[in-house]
Amino acid sequence: MTSRKLVVISSGLSQPSSTRLLADRLAAATVEELKLLGIAAEVRTVEVRDHAHDIVNNVLTGFPSGQWRTEVEAIGAADGVIAVTPVLKASYAGIFKTLLDVLDEGALAGKPVAIAASGGTARHSLILEHAVRPVFAYLRAVVVPTAVFAAAEDWSGGASADSLRERIGRAAAELAEQIAQREPAKPADPFALTASFEDLLPKD
Amino acid sequence: MQSGRQDGMQFGIFTVGDVTPDPTTGREPTEAERIKAMVTIALKAEEVGLDVFATGEHHNPPFVPSSPTTMLGYIAARTRNLLLSTSTTLITTNDPVKIAEDYAMLQHLADGRVDLMMGRGNTGPVYPWFGQDIRNGISLALENYALLRRLWREDVVDWKGQFRTPLQSFTSTPRPLDGVPPFVWHGSIRSPEIAEQAAYYGDGFFANHIFWPKEHTQRMIGLYRQRFEHYGHGSADQAIVGLGGQVFMRKNSQDAVREFRPYFDNAPVYGHGPSLEDFTRETPLTVGSPQEVIDRTLGFRDYVGDYQRQLFLMDHAGLPLKTVLEQLDLLGEEVVPVLRREFAALRPAHVPAAPTHASLKAAAEQAGKPAAETEEQVPA
Repeated sequence: MTSRKLVVISSGLSQPSSTRLLADRLAAATVEELKLLGIAAEVRTVEVRDHAHDIVNNVLTGFPSGQWRTEVEAIGAADGVIAVTPVLKASYAGIFKTLLDVLDEGALAGKPVAIAASGGTARHSLILEHAVRPVFAYLRAVVVPTAVFAAAEDWSGGASADSLRERIGRAAAELAEQIAQREPAKPADPFALTASFEDLLPKD
Repeated sequence: MQSGRQDGMQFGIFTVGDVTPDPTTGREPTEAERIKAMVTIALKAEEVGLDVFATGEHHNPPFVPSSPTTMLGYIAARTRNLLLSTSTTLITTNDPVKIAEDYAMLQHLADGRVDLMMGRGNTGPVYPWFGQDIRNGISLALENYALLRRLWREDVVDWKGQFRTPLQSFTSTPRPLDGVPPFVWHGSIRSPEIAEQAAYYGDGFFANHIFWPKEHTQRMIGLYRQRFEHYGHGSADQAIVGLGGQVFMRKNSQDAVREFRPYFDNAPVYGHGPSLEDFTRETPLTVGSPQEVIDRTLGFRDYVGDYQRQLFLMDHAGLPLKTVLEQLDLLGEEVVPVLRREFAALRPAHVPAAPTHASLKAAAEQAGKPAAETEEQVPA
């Protein structure tokens, strides 16, 4: 059985958080889907709250410090990413965007990503399409078609919960399929020389 | 000695030239005070036995050194041994013709005590003020430097490029002193193309090494050394490496931390971000006793190998002149003599000293002809 690395970015700010709950459900479903495709997934969850100070420092200094550096490297080396944010003031959490802001150029390029969000009411659900998806598109990530929004009522059991389970399953299957299609990720090395000097010099 | 030390590693200081209010008093020096302070600091560097003074070049407030050769020429007249350099010369937005002329002139006035460090500059708005675009930063650095080399090495230049008006039958004057162009370092924090450029020409490579984790330095120096060997200039451990560093010292470590903290907390670049403790752990910044600075600096060798030049940033973030001069006393009296001895004892014989005008001139003479007529020491 081959293996792939799955990184889950959960930027819930309360503890316990429904964002983390959603992230865990998506991760578990993706692991199951990958298993069906003969792939063992190694899951690493980045709890954004734990690195909030380091992320802000990264904005100010330009480099990741401490444990946060390890997480940045893990994101770069991931074969697939699940990115989950709460909805705050009609958009993604600021710290979620800040995390994306400090990643190296190209860190998510070509990487399969599933996006999800949690919020108090389903009236926020299109922030995934209007706010989150364009950011990942800009980062040249391959965002799977199903984005999963979970509102308060989705956690209450009943028909709504069934619908959430179905959306999670669909997103997980789409993500697993994208991961399975690819060779294991080779993280971009910003220090690698990509052209020799003759190629760099302008030609007459 | 007329052209800097030739017997081993060079130690010195580099200044950004920022005008920053002293956060402990709120007092901001005038431009006149800051400019004169930079001169005083340079003279002090020579007095305490340092080898190099390098000034930054900036074209926007709150920085004063927009005209490095004016300042370095003045310092040259008031010093005897100090090697004058830049940190950095903007190879992107300066006209390479003017760099060739200005620094050749300085070289004559300073009896060869001159070298330069090329840098791109990372302030976007500065580029259009000089008719350029920051998105062309690497291309500008490559083309302008290629022209600069020719202007110093060929008496008559015909040239055409992408960024500058063409040259026909142009002679840059004065010609370099003794036909030996100033030695050039290339500075970069994390652009592998610049390490490649330095390696290609067999020039020096300087890793800024302040404000950034040592891993950046390690990777860039590693790449530069490997490519230096690839291009046939010598073995990887013979490449010419310089490092920056940032220190604040008092006899007692705790006093150093207490005194420096408000400057750190409010400093440009990294202020209002990580704690002093985090930053000293994550970057080469050392705040403590002279012995701690010695130990940390000797440790640089562990990840870059034997190197040729160590410059310290001593005078930024609003530190008063009096404090900076005290720091230079500690650096010159307690730190650098030990570093000289220890680094020299560790350095194998085949690792060269930092090039000076005298050593480059001797090498050119040994090659049997004036350096200006020597074919470029670069691969075909």
